[in-house]
Order: sequence, then C-alpha cells, then structure tokens
Amino acid sequence: MSIKNLFKSDLKVVNIGLSSFKESLDDVGIDAVQVDWSPPADVDAQAMAVIKAKSAEIEAANAKAMEKILAGMPQLIGLERAIDVIPGMKENLILHAGPPITWDRMCGPMRGAVMGAVIYEGKAKTPEEAEKLASSGEIEYAPCHEHSTVGPMAGIVSASMPVFLVKNQEFGNTAYCTMNEGLGKVLRYGAYGADVIVKLKWMEEVLYPTLKKAVEKLGSIDLKNIIAQALHMGDEVHNRNRAGTSLFYRAITPAIITTCDDSKAASDVLEFINGNDHFFLNLSMPACKATLDAARNVDGSSVLVVMSRNGTDFGIQLAGTGDEWFVGPADVPDALFFPGYTKDDANPDIGDSAITETNGLGGFSIAASPAIVQFVGGSTGDAINYTMQMYEISAAENNVYQIPYLNFRGSPTGIDVVKVVQKGVLPFIDTGVAHKEPGVGQVGAGVLNAPMLPFQKAFEGLAKRIE
Amino acid sequence: MIVRGDIRKGAYFDSVTLMTVGKEVSAMDGVIDAAVVMGTKENKAIIETSGLLTPEFEAAGDTDLLIGIKAESDAVVQQALAAVEELLKKARNRSDDSGASNPLSLESAVKRLPDANLVLISVAGRYAGAEAMKALESGLHVMLFSDNVSIEEEVALKTFARERGLLVMGPDCGTAIINGVPLAFANVVNRGRIGIVAASGTGLQEVSCIISNEGAGISQAIGTGGRDVKKEVGGIMFLESLKALAEDEQTDVIVLVSKPPHKEVLEKVTKLVNSISTPVVSIFLGAGEEGEGKAATLEEAALTAVAFAAGEGVEAVKERLSIRDKGIAKLAGVRAAECRKGQRYIRGLFSGGTFCTEAQILLKGMVSDIYANSPANGIGQLEDSLKSRANTVVDLGEDEFTVGRPHPMIDFSLRNKRIDEESNDPETAVILLDVVLGYGSNMDPVGELQDVVREAAAKVCVVCAVIGTDQDPQNRSRVQEALRSCGAIVMESNAAACKLAGYIINGMEPGVGVRS
Repeated sequence: MSIKNLFKSDLKVVNIGLSSFKESLDDVGIDAVQVDWSPPADVDAQAMAVIKAKSAEIEAANAKAMEKILAGMPQLIGLERAIDVIPGMKENLILHAGPPITWDRMCGPMRGAVMGAVIYEGKAKTPEEAEKLASSGEIEYAPCHEHSTVGPMAGIVSASMPVFLVKNQEFGNTAYCTMNEGLGKVLRYGAYGADVIVKLKWMEEVLYPTLKKAVEKLGSIDLKNIIAQALHMGDEVHNRNRAGTSLFYRAITPAIITTCDDSKAASDVLEFINGNDHFFLNLSMPACKATLDAARNVDGSSVLVVMSRNGTDFGIQLAGTGDEWFVGPADVPDALFFPGYTKDDANPDIGDSAITETNGLGGFSIAASPAIVQFVGGSTGDAINYTMQMYEISAAENNVYQIPYLNFRGSPTGIDVVKVVQKGVLPFIDTGVAHKEPGVGQVGAGVLNAPMLPFQKAFEGLAKRIE
Repeated sequence: MIVRGDIRKGAYFDSVTLMTVGKEVSAMDGVIDAAVVMGTKENKAIIETSGLLTPEFEAAGDTDLLIGIKAESDAVVQQALAAVEELLKKARNRSDDSGASNPLSLESAVKRLPDANLVLISVAGRYAGAEAMKALESGLHVMLFSDNVSIEEEVALKTFARERGLLVMGPDCGTAIINGVPLAFANVVNRGRIGIVAASGTGLQEVSCIISNEGAGISQAIGTGGRDVKKEVGGIMFLESLKALAEDEQTDVIVLVSKPPHKEVLEKVTKLVNSISTPVVSIFLGAGEEGEGKAATLEEAALTAVAFAAGEGVEAVKERLSIRDKGIAKLAGVRAAECRKGQRYIRGLFSGGTFCTEAQILLKGMVSDIYANSPANGIGQLEDSLKSRANTVVDLGEDEFTVGRPHPMIDFSLRNKRIDEESNDPETAVILLDVVLGYGSNMDPVGELQDVVREAAAKVCVVCAVIGTDQDPQNRSRVQEALRSCGAIVMESNAAACKLAGYIINGMEPGVGVRS
C-alpha cells in the first residue's frame, strides 16, 4: 500500500510496545491489536544473519519434516524384553531420560532409579552394593533417545525390563517404552525399596505376558486414534491420561479375557491398569517418539525431534542437525505440591515425557485439558492462552490432534527453534515433579517453560551446518 | 530494614509498565524503596545507587526481570512481592473482547488484523529496527517511536521503505496524526486541509494544535524523526512525505517543521517545494530564513498556513502578531514592575525539546547571558544541567534527565522539584514552562502542577503555554483556567510565552528589580 493509499484507507494499527498507545487508539475507536512482545533470544549475530538469509530453505525443509510428522501412524504392535528388541541394548547398559549424563552428575532420583534397576537385574542385593556398582564404571549409561526409546521421569530401562513396541506404520520405524508402574514409590521417581522391586517383578512376570498375549491377539492398537479421542475427552496425554487409559482399557480388556487362562492374573492386570490413570502415558510417549523419529535427518530443518531432561540438563535435537544434542541446565518447575512438600524439595525438571510437547501435545494442547488447569494458575482462560502462545513457535497445526475448545483447531505441532529464538517465546511443558532425594518419589505436578540456552545453541548449531 | 531481591528469568516487560508497577509498590505501607526493572547494565547501575543491587542481580542479563524491595519487615517484603506479581499479571494478561490473550508477534497480530496497514513500534531501541524491518517486509507502514536505533539502521529502513512506497516515521518519532488518528503523543485536532511534515515532535504538536484552535484542521501530520533531515539520512522520509502530501487531494497547504536541515537536504527540499503546486509554509527553527511562507516561530507557521488555506496572504498574520506583541510588551512592563530586587533571570523548564529550542532562538534577540543543556547556535553550554546559570533554558526530555524515569510530559516530579528550587532562587524573575497535553502525556497536569505553581507564582512570574486542544482528554481551556487561578500567566503559544519572558527581563534595568 503506497503512502497515498494509506491516506485513503481506514487506519488499522498493530501496536508493538507501550500498551498505553493501544488504549489511546481504543479511545478514538480505531482497530488496533496489541502485541505482547518479548525480545528475541541473544544469539550470535553471524548465526542470525545465516538463518535470515536461508529462511526460504529452512521453511522448505520444515515443510518436509512436518509432512513426515503429520503422516505418522503410531501403533502398539507388541511387547518384548528390552534386550531382545531395543537397538544396541546390552546386559550392562542402562538407558536414562534426557541428554547424555555420567553417574557423577546424575540427580538424586535418577541415581535412585539406576540403583533400583541394578537390584532388579540381580546385580546387587543392597542399595549400598547397587550404588557401588553403578558408580564403578562397569555399568554403561546412554540416553533412551539414542536407542529409539523414551522413559518418563528418570526413564531408566535395563536389559530384562519388558517394553512396549510402538511402530510408525507409515515409515516403518519403532519406538520403545517400559510399562507405567503407577503412582507412589516407583522406580521412575527414584525409589528403589523392596516393594518397588516386587512390583517390577510382578510387572515382568504377570503384567507383561498377559498384555503381550492380548496385543498379539489384537494384532495392533492404533495409538494415534486413541490420542485424538483422548484430546476430545479432557486429556493432553502428558499430565492427564485418564481418558487415554480408559480408551486403552476398553480396547485391551476383551483380548485379555480371551487370551489369559489364569483368571486371577487377568483380574490383577485389569485392576492394575484401571487403578493407574497414567498407564497410557507410557504409550502416548512412544507414539510421539515413533512419530518424531521419522522426521530425523531432514537437512536444514529447524523443527525439534527431541526435547528432554535428565534432572540435571535439558537437551534438544533438531530434524536438521542429526544426532547432536544442544544442552543447558534444567529448571525447577512451578508446581502444585503434595501436602508436606515445597519447591525446596523439588528436583529440576526430569524425563523424556516432553516428547509429547515436541509432538504438539501436553503443554501445547493444555487448552484441551481444563481439568488440569490449576497447574497453570487456575482459569480455563489461562490454559487457552498457553496453547494460543504455542502456535507462535510451532511449524504447523496438527491434522488429526485437535483442540475442541478452539473450534477443533489442530494442535500446535512441531516446535521451530527459529521462531523460539526470534520471538523469545519458550515451549510450555506440563510435568510431574520428583523429590530431589532418591527414593522419595513424586512430590507434585506443575508447569514450566523450557530454558532458552539449548534453543540458542541449537539455533547457532543449525546456522553452522547450513552456512 | 530488609532488602530482598527476586529474579524472573526471561520475563520481559516494557519499561513504562515496570515503572508504574515500581511506583505502586513503593507507595505501599512499610515499603521503603522498590525497583522493578529489566536487568540491563544501565538499570543495574540505577538500582545500585538506591542500595537495591543484590549479588544475584549482578549476574542477571538484559532479558531477566529484577525485583528489589527494601522494606521494614519480611512480611512487608512478601506483601510487596505478591503485589508485584499481581500487577505484572494484570499488565500481561490484558485481553481483548474475545477473551483471547494478545498475540506475541507481529506475524500473529497480522493474522488477527489481516488488513492492518500501520505498525507502531515502541520497544527498546536495540530491538526496534528489526521489528520495523519485519513490518516493512510485510508491506506495512511504520511509526517508530523508539529511540536509540542506529543511524545505519535508520538509513537501511528508510531506503527499503522508499523502494516499496512505504512510510517510516521515526526512529524517535513521538507524534503523528494519520487520517485524523492521533498516534503516540498526539493531540485531538480538527480534520481539515492542512498537511504537516515534521522532523520535530513537539513542533508538530504546537503547529497542529494552533491550526485546530484557529478553527482550521489537519489532513495528515507526518513525523519523520529528528535525524531524517541530517546529512546521513538525507531527508528520505521528509521528501517522501512532502511528495505524498503534494499528491494528496485532501491537502491544500503543507507546513514543514524542523530544526535547520543539513544544507544538502535543504537544497533537495527547496527544489521539491518549488516543483509542487501546493503552497508550502516552512519553519526551520533558527535558520533565520526570510520570504514568502517562511516563518520565524511555530505559531507564525501555523497561522500562516491557516491564512493560506483560507486563500489569504501573510500580511494579516504579520499585522495580527505585531499588535499582539505590543500587548505582550505592555503586560511585561506591568509584571517587571512587580519584580523584587535582585530578580533578573529567566529559568525556562521545558518538557518539549522543540519548545526549548524555540525559546533559545527567541530569547537570544531579547536578553543576553543565556545557557542551555542542549544549546542552539550562539547559546552557552550549561556545565551542570541540574544547576541554572544566569538566563537558563533546560530541556528536561534530554537523556541526562530521562534515564530510568518516564518522560517529563508523563512524570512531572523532576520538573516540579526544579520549579520549587528556581522559585526560591533570589535571582529568578520568570519561570517559563510548557505544558503539553494530548494522548501519551500526563492525564492530570493540573493535579500535578497546581500546588507547586501556586507557591512559585507567589514569589516569581510563572509564564506558561499550554499545548493542546479542548478535544484533548485533558481539555486545554480547563487546564489554562486552572493554571491562571494558581497565579500563572498563561499565553496562547510557546512563542508568546517566550516573548513575554524576554520582555519582562528587558523591561528591567540590568541587575535591579523595580520593587524593593
């Protein structure tokens, strides 16, 4: 519009900055929109110049990555022991949540979970022995994400643990995840007492074979379908999985009844799933993982395929930067704490479960989950605002996952590191909170923004690759 | 006493919001001092002097929010922190009617308002250029209120905009009126057939208000930012705006307002003015230009434009001003006679930079020994802006006064303190003030000024001009009336106020007040 034409048009103003200017415009009846502006993250000027110059190429690469992510078809196809199916899994390897970390830098809950796994595997009899072995160098550690696996909280996976197999039917890749143990004193929150081990053994000996047979009978269970429905039923499939668990329960129950000869076992298994609202989390996570892994190695793409925390560090990976991790310190979430606990008890953010946000669910879809909005400050409006803000940093809107309240708008999907840095807007994650000491377990649930540092590094890392 | 600091990483708020929050919290019972600022180097230096800089703050960065509270007890600190939280939340979650929160970027704002045509930018200068470029790339006109944008960026933005036929007003453009809509610091004026191009914000305000108060009106008033007419920028937007107004069917007369442009720019402007058919009035303050349509004061420029628009010549304007000036001289005689012994100097305390410049230019011909913090040609440099010397005119909108506090048109506290000080100086004869109304300015200037003006007027002459219109939210007539009732002499324009001040001093024998 030329200056001359501006003089002939109704003035319509976007106001970036002082909100009093917008109020004055409202006063005189002029259409104006206020931008709640944040400064861009501080990044290397050269990197900013490269990213700006290559923006068309990046956008094309992102379109390609998003096509893959949106076409994903994650389905549960079976259960096996970790060592038999997870690529690169071996006897003395323990997988953990988040980016790579050594024993000496592991937080309390992760150390506790490692000790529990060592005892579970029969390599130690007491916590003292377990700790000694865990720190001896005989045990190797690697991120779940580097083995097509995800784990909530500490995310510990050892050789003989049973895992779900979730296959992306569109692209043929598979993701793995252990079965959810329920709440209370559990391994994923760093508990390693005798009762924890007893439950894990029951899961291995009763739950695993029963579910395995039932899934075999069904052939597969379409997880994308369950997630899409769960979003319409008040879940965001990260912090609330009640609907997803119920839908899974409906799908699996007839198959358990027909395939399990031992009625006590069948009844125990069904009771266990029914009594654990988070059972579906360990299916929504590998569903997201299988979906996102298909978009790895799309050259030039600034879309995240991993966002994950190990309780010490927060790490991300991009579709366009191969296996490189971009890491910064993890923050402590703002949380609603269980009675008797405060923020002082909380461990920094931990777990691979932010894979759900990476796939446009969890905090990104919190507007679909009014039941958990007390974690974001109380009002439904706040939850909607958080989801609206996540559209700012997303590369696409989902074609299947929808937010009912937003007139069934597709959920904001595919975090774009360029948008995060340029707009200074950080991904919003909702999450459980672990006690910082091993063995105590969950102390609350809450929300937090991802830290900026990994995004700054990833932005610069991408610029280096494409310059 | 307790000092507590709190850091919110990456929580960005604009400085005006933060100052408002800081002011409210400081006023709480039991709170001794409070600072709510972004963690920039400058802000850290400011809070260090007030003893609110804690060790954690030192490591904070530009995008971290720092909350420092000095209070009588820990309980008060907690209350204050909770209040900050609440106030910030209110500031952040200002929703529109749809209940949806505001967009976080220009990109999403344009989705919300698809036929947007202008972007008003007032974020910190180091980010403002990039935002402006995004707007231009989206085909949107820009008003850049922010200052501290580098001249290289300004040239790049304006060159880019010129190629695409877009307008860039600013950086450091405080005011504009586009299609009758007041933007940023602007007054509510009549719509009409006079267009303005101004490289001076307060100059634009004065000219547009006088035109409106004379019963004529404004088609467009375009600000370019003061640097546009310097050599480096080459008058890009001054010239583009002039062209646009020349082609505008709604504009019959054009007024150009600026400090003297660079020689090369002035040549281009003159050439363009000579090539267009629309009559042009120019006021290049201090250039001393003479001739048809060349005014010496903002007031004369406005009145000449009104005359041109009515198809009249300049003679009537000259006549009117000359009669008026005689009246001023007479009034000055009366006032000079009332001065006490030893009262002999003018102390001009301005919130508008152009008014300060105009005052220097007018007073230069009337009194000697003039000093200023931003001196015009032939005026002495004030060594310490906080200390007057002989005849002094101070621009309180200059950086040395505004770091860490709002502009003096919004926050009157600094100038009020100075009015009080000057009125107690036995050498002060006249305190000269500008009171700028309109959007963006303080909404209650009378409430801010009445006590201090009443006290000062009992000791010295307080002469002021009120820049605004009766349609402004503050209402000019009401403000003028209230100031008169406090004992101030309220003049019709800044030029008239300056002349009265000059004549008062002129009417006295050097160094001797008439009344003892």
